[in-house]
Amino acid sequence: MAGQLAGVVGIGQTRHAAIRGDVSVAGLIREAVFRALDDAHMTMADIDAVVIGKAPDFFEGMMMPETYLADAIGAVGKPLLRVHTAGSVGGSTAIVATSHVEAGVAERVLTIAWEQQSCSEAMWALSFPIPFQQQLVAGAGGYFAPFIREYMRRSGAPEDIGILVALKDRLNALKNPYAHLHEPDITYDSVKESFMLWEPIRYSETCPSSDGAIAMVIAGEQAAEASAAASGNRPAWIRGTSMRSEPAMANGRDQVSPQAGKDCAADVYRQAGITDPRGQIDVVEMYVPFSWYEPMWLENLGFAPEGEGWRLTEQGVTQMDGDLPVNCSGGVLSTNPIGASGMLRFGEAAMQVRGTAGDHQIDGARTALGQAYGGAAQFFATWVVSADKP
Amino acid sequence: MAGGSAGSRDVAIVSVAQSTHERAKVATNEVELIQPVIQQALEQIGATIADIGFVCSGSTDYLAGQAFSFVMTLDAVGAWPPIAESHVEMDGAWALYEAWVKIQAGHADTALVFSYGKSSPGDLPNVLSRQLDPYYYQPLWPSSVGLAGIQARAMIDGGAITERRMAEIAYASRTAAANNPFAQLRSSAAVDDLLAEPYLSDPLRRHDCAPISDGGVAVVLATGDAAARWADRPAWIRGIDHRVDGHNFGARDLTVAPSAALAGQRAGVGDDKVDVAELHAPFTHQHQMLVDAFGLGDGTDVNPSGGALAANPMMAAGLLRLGEVAGRIMSGAADRGVAHATSGHLLQQNLVAVLEGA
Repeated sequence: MAGQLAGVVGIGQTRHAAIRGDVSVAGLIREAVFRALDDAHMTMADIDAVVIGKAPDFFEGMMMPETYLADAIGAVGKPLLRVHTAGSVGGSTAIVATSHVEAGVAERVLTIAWEQQSCSEAMWALSFPIPFQQQLVAGAGGYFAPFIREYMRRSGAPEDIGILVALKDRLNALKNPYAHLHEPDITYDSVKESFMLWEPIRYSETCPSSDGAIAMVIAGEQAAEASAAASGNRPAWIRGTSMRSEPAMANGRDQVSPQAGKDCAADVYRQAGITDPRGQIDVVEMYVPFSWYEPMWLENLGFAPEGEGWRLTEQGVTQMDGDLPVNCSGGVLSTNPIGASGMLRFGEAAMQVRGTAGDHQIDGARTALGQAYGGAAQFFATWVVSADKP
Repeated sequence: MAGGSAGSRDVAIVSVAQSTHERAKVATNEVELIQPVIQQALEQIGATIADIGFVCSGSTDYLAGQAFSFVMTLDAVGAWPPIAESHVEMDGAWALYEAWVKIQAGHADTALVFSYGKSSPGDLPNVLSRQLDPYYYQPLWPSSVGLAGIQARAMIDGGAITERRMAEIAYASRTAAANNPFAQLRSSAAVDDLLAEPYLSDPLRRHDCAPISDGGVAVVLATGDAAARWADRPAWIRGIDHRVDGHNFGARDLTVAPSAALAGQRAGVGDDKVDVAELHAPFTHQHQMLVDAFGLGDGTDVNPSGGALAANPMMAAGLLRLGEVAGRIMSGAADRGVAHATSGHLLQQNLVAVLEGA
């Protein structure tokens, strides 16, 4: 059984920064919410349900903050659902919102993802203390660096692939007015010379810690077309959604290219009728918090054979003028409010097929993939959006 | 809205399992607490995780004292090979709602839903004060019991309840729990003796408050063929809805829960007789508020399990209410029941489900 058709008709994000000290948590979120509602030509009164996501509550020191936010996000008297699936949460939240429309329980859903990381020190929140886990690493980079080294060993990739990814994403971010990092002077050499954080991840190859939020309006077919007629921007029709999870530790688990990621991609491609991802998908927004994850996910998502993803990066295929542009927004490497980062990928993918991405728009983009991952590379969320109604 | 609170597919609860609920399960962590419960929910219908199309859980990091605490709990599911899975930072009743939506959307035909909470490691009334407006309320550290006292006082002053009626609710809940082997508090002193006790937070006495509990619950949802295969008498979800009220407690009437009444109305509570109701009321005065909101009469057996006043594992106590009603329908003891779950302080957010045996 197929659910009802759903489309993205409104997208709004905040200006992202290391510290958004000018706004409260509610103020930060409302900045994104009203941009999304304006984009959809709707008001809060038009919304049937609100689905909100963020990463750990400890980042802000607020337990289940959506109860406090209910008034500010227009949820009073409506269903309000809070999703938390680790780093993939922004993607998962958008998918849960989509399911509400597909299920016919709501016609217009407001979905929000946010993080105000300046309230705390995320790196230590990501370093689990004894007795929960052996004290092995500091931060997410410390956790993922060994898997990157294993990828380099297996694939024989040149050592500067990560530098190329970081340089590309940070240059792309210059075209995105909302991005956190704007580094006009960045060069190959400046990335290469930046200090080593977790071998082989350099400072300029790692994501920043950001305050920010994104909101989207997802609507059923009729409401989406009415909104599009009012706004003049076509909906991003949601052609497939998928979530997959696997344990942090399991015998035989491959943390370089996790099975859950492959299953998630296969599932979303099946729904969207995609048999040749490289040929059929025009633009990709994927979750690359550390530069080397671009070639790793290119393989995991089926854009390149195993061990060959780095060649796409090296050949410039993933640049904005390549035939498979990846992270034209600047990606997680340029903006990382953790709980929102996944939805930013989903939203940027939708912006591309709606033709509303501004200076980082890929001309003629019709079909886009949004991907997010989280935990110990164990939680995956993907969607495929298209300018073409199925 | 096409599907609304009734949905377009028939979905039923077909299996329920729970742990015992205790003041402190010191010997088990969250994974060890919930793994046997999940296993039982699957085994008693002859299912394995491979038969499940979607998994959703509910928990909060603020009980575990650790960011991403639910990640470890995935180990209790057996998520290998990988599974379709999600998590809400809410009571498990909302995890069930997400799973129900997923099934209504056609993405799955079966679902495993579970939730758990260990409140024992922390000072719960103070921990819960962190679930408040961070700028105006949190700095004052108002405890959950202190806030509830303000609400109870407003109800008493408004003539909606008396301290004696509150003691009667406490007595009825805990004596009913004598028949519930999983409950934490299974007996009560006489009402007059309860009223002779000192105040904990005026006008609340200790008996007016839910106990602090560690525990968990798991249920299996199924539609169509799977429901028929797994249960002789599935507990069909005929309506389910949830709503939230505003957070600014100074700006709303604390003696009523409009979101509970609205969710109950949309779920269809009043459309037919109600044989049994399980209400998630952590305080005696809230029990009365919910009975009034749903218009429950003498023909309804309210909280035969003892309710949250007999066992209140945070994040699980709401899903437990759905499980308790489903259990009574599956056993044939009831034909139509209402389950309620709440989240936040002072019944701010509420979910209502109507379950039927046919």
